Amino acid sequence: MKFAAVVEVSALEGIADPEAATIERALPLLGFDAVGELRVGRVFRFAVEAPDEATARTTADELAHRLLANPVIQRAVVSVNPTASGTGSE
Amino acid sequence: MTAATYGGLNVAVVVFPGSNCEHDVLQAVSGLGAHAELFWHTERSMERFDAIVVPGGFAHGDYLRPGAIARFSPVMDGVCEAAANGIPVLGICNGFQVLTEAHLLPGALMRNAAGRFLCRTVECEVVSTSSVLTAGTSVGQRLMLPINHFEGNYTCDADYLDTLANSGQIALRYVSNPNGSARSIAAVANAAGNVVGLMPHPERACTALMGSSDGRILLESFLTAAADRTGRADAVDAAIAAGV
Repeated sequence: MKFAAVVEVSALEGIADPEAATIERALPLLGFDAVGELRVGRVFRFAVEAPDEATARTTADELAHRLLANPVIQRAVVSVNPTASGTGSE
Repeated sequence: MTAATYGGLNVAVVVFPGSNCEHDVLQAVSGLGAHAELFWHTERSMERFDAIVVPGGFAHGDYLRPGAIARFSPVMDGVCEAAANGIPVLGICNGFQVLTEAHLLPGALMRNAAGRFLCRTVECEVVSTSSVLTAGTSVGQRLMLPINHFEGNYTCDADYLDTLANSGQIALRYVSNPNGSARSIAAVANAAGNVVGLMPHPERACTALMGSSDGRILLESFLTAAADRTGRADAVDAAIAAGV
């Protein structure tokens, strides 16, 4: 069975995010005065072949924490869902 | 002058796809009299080497994070094994990033605080002489070294910074912090002192013609540690006795 996994990686709280800081500085110039607390991250999407959702999640978690994120500076949020078509695509 | 000093030492210079400082390191290490050879990342067996350098560049294109993919190259098994056996291992710039990703060194290197690539010569100060890189220097000694990086902003757990300082693992610090590194750290060692990473490029500062020859002091320290360890220090002793 195929599952669609999404891993969102972003800087840990307290870790400098210079890209976000630069974007945030531009916001008032564009009139977005109400927007703040901006963070920049990356999203990874992939398909996992597994007998059940729990197994797919374990695989996605391991990939997220061993490779996609560096736990010293980043956090990873993992979500896994069965795919309707079974192809892993959206 | 030092041409014969490190004769007999075999130094591996690890090359990943995207490394670009390997020839500079090869030249610098060979220039000091050691035998150096390029070692492709798909090879694993490093038993024949007395020291290992992981040079700068963009290993595997720096995709994902600098060093994140290089860490899983087969050669890293050999590097980890050598490090565990006490062989001196030096990571320069991207090599430093690879060694932190491989957990051979503590902490991580983030994007420079100012969000800009930095390419200039900076002044560094020796903080501890407990590492193979700085054993031949004295605390407080200042060295002019070139930096050339986007992600050299060193960080680690706040409490662990105290541990690093107390155990002499902070080898070098920037006199004027260029990239936002915690405690201005420029070079960090493992607890044993045989694995060291630094963002500055000592191989690019080996003759006065290059603007500074201070990098040579660090590379000599590194090679001396390798020579001492392998018992091939006869040549060093002979050279000292001969006053060369």
